Amino acid sequence: MIADQLPALTIVLPMLAAPLCVLARRPLACWVIALCANFLAVLSAWGMFWQVRDDGVIRYALGGWAAPTGIEYYVDMMNATMLLLVSFISCVVLVYAYRSVNKSVQSAKHYLFYAAWMLCLTGLLGICITGDAFNVFVFLEISSLSMYMLIAFGNDKRALFASFRYLIMGSIGASFILIGIGFLYAATGALNMVDLAQRIPDAESQRAVLVAFSFLTIGLMIKSAVFPLHGWLANAYQHSPVAVTAFLAGTATKVSLYVLLRFFFSIFGPGYSFGSMFLNVVLLPAAVAGFLMLSLVAIFQTDLRRMLAYSSVAQIGYIIAAFCLASQSGLTAGIVHIINHGIIKTVLFMSVGCILYRVGHTHSNSLDNLFHKMPLTVTAFILSGLGLIGVPLTVGFVSKFSLISASMERGWWMIGALVLLSSLFAIVYIGRVVEIMLFRKSRNSTPEPVGRHEAPMMMLIPMYVLIGISIWFGVSGSTTLAVASEAAAALLGGYQ
Amino acid sequence: MQVLGLYNYWVVIVLMMAGLYIMIARYNLIKKMIGLGVFQTSIFYMYITMGKVHGGTAPILEDGIELYSNPLPHVLILTAIVVGVATTAVGLALIVRIFEQYKTIEEDEIKAIEALEHDS
Amino acid sequence: MKLYERQRHRVLQIVTKLIIPFVMLFALYVQFHGDYGPGGGFQAGVIFASAFILHGLIFGLQRTRQVITPTALRILMALGVLIYLGTGIYSMLLGGNLLDYNVFAHDGKHGQHWGIFAVELGVGVTVTAVMISLFYSFASKR
Repeated sequence: MIADQLPALTIVLPMLAAPLCVLARRPLACWVIALCANFLAVLSAWGMFWQVRDDGVIRYALGGWAAPTGIEYYVDMMNATMLLLVSFISCVVLVYAYRSVNKSVQSAKHYLFYAAWMLCLTGLLGICITGDAFNVFVFLEISSLSMYMLIAFGNDKRALFASFRYLIMGSIGASFILIGIGFLYAATGALNMVDLAQRIPDAESQRAVLVAFSFLTIGLMIKSAVFPLHGWLANAYQHSPVAVTAFLAGTATKVSLYVLLRFFFSIFGPGYSFGSMFLNVVLLPAAVAGFLMLSLVAIFQTDLRRMLAYSSVAQIGYIIAAFCLASQSGLTAGIVHIINHGIIKTVLFMSVGCILYRVGHTHSNSLDNLFHKMPLTVTAFILSGLGLIGVPLTVGFVSKFSLISASMERGWWMIGALVLLSSLFAIVYIGRVVEIMLFRKSRNSTPEPVGRHEAPMMMLIPMYVLIGISIWFGVSGSTTLAVASEAAAALLGGYQ
Repeated sequence: MQVLGLYNYWVVIVLMMAGLYIMIARYNLIKKMIGLGVFQTSIFYMYITMGKVHGGTAPILEDGIELYSNPLPHVLILTAIVVGVATTAVGLALIVRIFEQYKTIEEDEIKAIEALEHDS
Repeated sequence: MKLYERQRHRVLQIVTKLIIPFVMLFALYVQFHGDYGPGGGFQAGVIFASAFILHGLIFGLQRTRQVITPTALRILMALGVLIYLGTGIYSMLLGGNLLDYNVFAHDGKHGQHWGIFAVELGVGVTVTAVMISLFYSFASKR
């Protein structure tokens, strides 16, 4: 019986945890409730992943109302992968968050923090699982609103303004998506994604579909921080509590990218999006400019978190470039990079969080000789930094290799070359920080007593769990590539 | 005459552009929230006017009435209105806290304060 | 004659006291007719909260806080969501999908009736609590 109800449970469990947190109120109790709910959500996502892999698509009718009338949850390989990724990253970061949040959020607000986290998770999982276009908007707003809250929780007053800017940009983005869905409904009379995909070919000539497509493109580009529309991201990532940044970096933009994929490939279909609408003419230059310029910008950042934030936008550029190839191998590369980058960027932000926890700041120029103080944290930073650069045997290599080979396959040599160029920039910005942490001697005339002062175990263990997974995915790249190529096939194959 | 006949969509467009312009051009954070409100309201209008069927009545089953307006967009927009209320509440709460911390709600002044603190 | 703290609002205070029961009654009407007529939890919750907000505006925040305390609001807020989700989970326990009301009674129509009633009650409770606490948190700032 439970096996049939997994799609509902994945959403209901985190949602149930939110009011329970508000009732429990004591920080430790809230954390335990949230963690349990999140862990169960991971289990049910895992269960669904295998169900989909073995038996094919799951369709779950909410309230017993069948698809075109009611809202349905539609799970294929693409959703199942995203659900597993999002719930797992959230679970790991939540373990990590307990110590980190104790330091950066007032303890009277902890219960609200965990409640907001659970609502955010509900929203993100809901976006991934739902098969109804309007439902996407609702879950998008649930996750965004709780995200604005989470960002503003920190003691840093700049977080407030960053959150406000994100609220304005995010609301514009979400409203654009709402307008797009409205025009689609006007043109086709359907909200169910499967239904939409069937009806759009007949309505393609209508101007309403064209307008809907444009609004959805811009709205989703804002939400997923694609290059010219990434303005909200850097401040939000830099000033929010670092556990939140790790959570957001791994999940939020990735989920928006998933929606982008879902709309462009499943609903409109690659023929319409890339064939008759020339989406790649718009997106590809934006993506390429994004990964080149923001990798370059990242080099000149003196704050670790800001540097990683810009690097995140650059990585989104890679993913979008991979989507623009609009081929099986291109999509596979994009999806693999969503998984891989989600994991490594989370680890990077977690290690920066450990540094913040012990050192109290993240100015990269004054982290001299940190390796002797926090060897494990710095090792984690280096390992995942290598992944970001794309050194062989790391996850970054897997995704960059598949991206470059996909672009070669399409005959776009230039893209491959530019990806390599921007990887050089990544070597510079990661290498510069690593050099400071490992080799630079303290410039102070009276050097501080260099003793080991490692971050607490509860922060290190989740970090190393993720590193272990990223190494596994890096060494045996075929694991993720196989999953991603099944997901890509599910997207390109359209709805069954 | 077709242009005038679609006056409801003109209202939507004018409101939408006005809202977007306020959000971009004004530095006062409260005014930005007002702009957001106007912008979102224009979308509500768009949905509501979309669901109206000319000559149709409220979608309640009754004898002798054949033509009903489409209730679905109206129901959808009820959800969107709730979301809009929540967004406004979160935005205003943020503004209150920004005012407590910075003693101003002008965007350019906040940026000046941040730049000043960054340098020191 | 008992004197209120702020004598100059005497008329408003009396009228408010007269109006509040009717506002609440109307809210309950909208709440419980939400299943077959126009209405529902969200609208009813807002109307119900408006009675408290009116009380707060006229009699001052301090006195409204004694009528319904922030702690009570916090609990109600969570309770409403729990009622909603509880209905959903109960329907799953009875063998239906999430929020499938048909399983609540011997025939589908009655089941739908009960299900919508419970869900709207949850929505109403939460919306009331959220609206009042929004008012509290904004009104308590100077």
